[in-house]
Amino acid sequence: MSTLPAAGPHADNAAPKRRRSTDPVGIVSFIALVVTTFLMLLPLFFMVSTSLKSKKEMLKFPPTFLPESWQWSNYKEIFDTLSFGTMYMNSLIIGVLTVIGTLLSSALAAYGFARYRGKGSNTWFLLMLSTMMLPYPAIMIPQFILFSKLNWIDTFLPLIVPAFFGSAYNIFLLRQFFSTLPEELFDAGRIDGCSEFRMWRQIALPLSGPALATVAIFAFIYSWNDLLTPVLYLSSTEKFTLPVGMASLTSSRFRIPPWHLLMVASVLAMLPIVTLFAIAQKRFVEGIVLTGIK
Amino acid sequence: MTHRESRRQTLYMYLFISPWLIGFLVFALYPILSSLYYSFTDYDIIHPPQFIGLANYAEMFGNDLFWKSVTVTLRYTLISVPIQLLLALGFALLLNQKIPLRGFFRTAMYFPSMVSGVAMSLLWYWIFNPQIGLFNYMLSWFGIKGPAWLMNPDTALYALMIMSFWTAGSGMILFLAGLQGVPASLVEAAKLDGAGRFKIFLHVTLPMISPVLLFQLIMGMIDSFQVFTQAFVMTQGGPNYSTWFYVYNLYTSAFKEYRAGYSSALAWVLLVVVMLFTALVMKLSNRYVHYEGGKR
Repeated sequence: MSTLPAAGPHADNAAPKRRRSTDPVGIVSFIALVVTTFLMLLPLFFMVSTSLKSKKEMLKFPPTFLPESWQWSNYKEIFDTLSFGTMYMNSLIIGVLTVIGTLLSSALAAYGFARYRGKGSNTWFLLMLSTMMLPYPAIMIPQFILFSKLNWIDTFLPLIVPAFFGSAYNIFLLRQFFSTLPEELFDAGRIDGCSEFRMWRQIALPLSGPALATVAIFAFIYSWNDLLTPVLYLSSTEKFTLPVGMASLTSSRFRIPPWHLLMVASVLAMLPIVTLFAIAQKRFVEGIVLTGIK
Repeated sequence: MTHRESRRQTLYMYLFISPWLIGFLVFALYPILSSLYYSFTDYDIIHPPQFIGLANYAEMFGNDLFWKSVTVTLRYTLISVPIQLLLALGFALLLNQKIPLRGFFRTAMYFPSMVSGVAMSLLWYWIFNPQIGLFNYMLSWFGIKGPAWLMNPDTALYALMIMSFWTAGSGMILFLAGLQGVPASLVEAAKLDGAGRFKIFLHVTLPMISPVLLFQLIMGMIDSFQVFTQAFVMTQGGPNYSTWFYVYNLYTSAFKEYRAGYSSALAWVLLVVVMLFTALVMKLSNRYVHYEGGKR
């Protein structure tokens, strides 16, 4: 018996540990992982090290692995030259509100689609799926006109409000997840006299922690990284989100791009996402309780 | 299903989906229909739209920039999405084994995905810089003299493809979640029946994760049709329009040239193409994708 590519956590436990080191597939996999991980992490390593180099050192080729002199002042410079702090807060506020809205509305809708076969449910589900395919650029012009009629231009509202009405991407993901929950759990809930809403709240949601964490993380990342929407709606500098402000760093007004600031901005932009991942990772990758029966 | 039961189901279905339903009507259906109308008009957002029939569509099909944007986007999609998916699935399979440092590898693979968006574009803007960037430095380890990447019309699009592989880790996370959902009992049963690694993958694992695979294929292609950030931040569609992505073209004509009518026609073409494509994938999925609940 050897380790299996498809083994779940339980199969892992069943595999005798002493075979691990002698398994050729395991060794080849390990080497492949070392090589890819190195390649994946190298740009990140350089991102951090370049963010700490002096302007002069940055223009050296080949690039030095570690800064010759550590320019921590680069991190101060970005807050002084760009209104980085404000943009950072703006992005955080928008991101958090988007996550709350997305989780609530998408989990409700996903449950509706996964659990009930009502009249018209297939039609609505297909429509929902097709909005998942609906490219934002295809609707951005009328949306822009709609929001400008509401006087929402240069406010955060166009970036936040739509999230409270479900996003098809996340509804689909959660619906897939809810569909794999065994019917027996809900039968048991029904026998115990649970209302439909309570079954959503107390059976479906607790079993879907990893899926919900996935949705929360992806919703935040999406909002945090979104460039097109804020570019359309936000015009005054003090309302800029981080991506909008950062995008200006490559604009032609710099004859030589301020490379050190580019890297500092990238490092700082990555921080909240890394933090979020560090907190939620455990629920994210481990203990996916797919079948409540075990 | 009894009549009462069916009414009950209908009621709860609508209750639960109502937030989405309202959003659908206001933020999707209304914009779709009005952009269809705008696409038949000459409209600069400020003055009222003037009906001009099919003129926008006629103009589009004779427009070189339109065709350029279609070619660029299709080439990018057809090459980068399948490779990204294979990488993501490959990483997930590697990491779903009992392997030393598994947690570290998993995190490391996913890490780059946390830098996506503008931050990633800035980082790779430096990496691909031919004078001081990392990429050509690494190529020089193997004695290869790299091209000018983003500054060369022949290589700019490939540079963006290479950059996209860097975020395969996010797909890997979804595959891993799918793989962990494969019941160990099924794998054990297949093993007892004498199935080898590859057979188990083909007949147990792959069918069980096919919903994840389909989901990622659809989303990957749709994301790829909408590439904007890279073009906006790194290349401004250049050099010589070699990264003139469809949405960048759409954005430029709508919000730089204020041609809301023509841009709506562009939007509708994108919409129809995506819809046709999706319908095809959905048809295939009913035949080939396995849903555990069996409820479809």
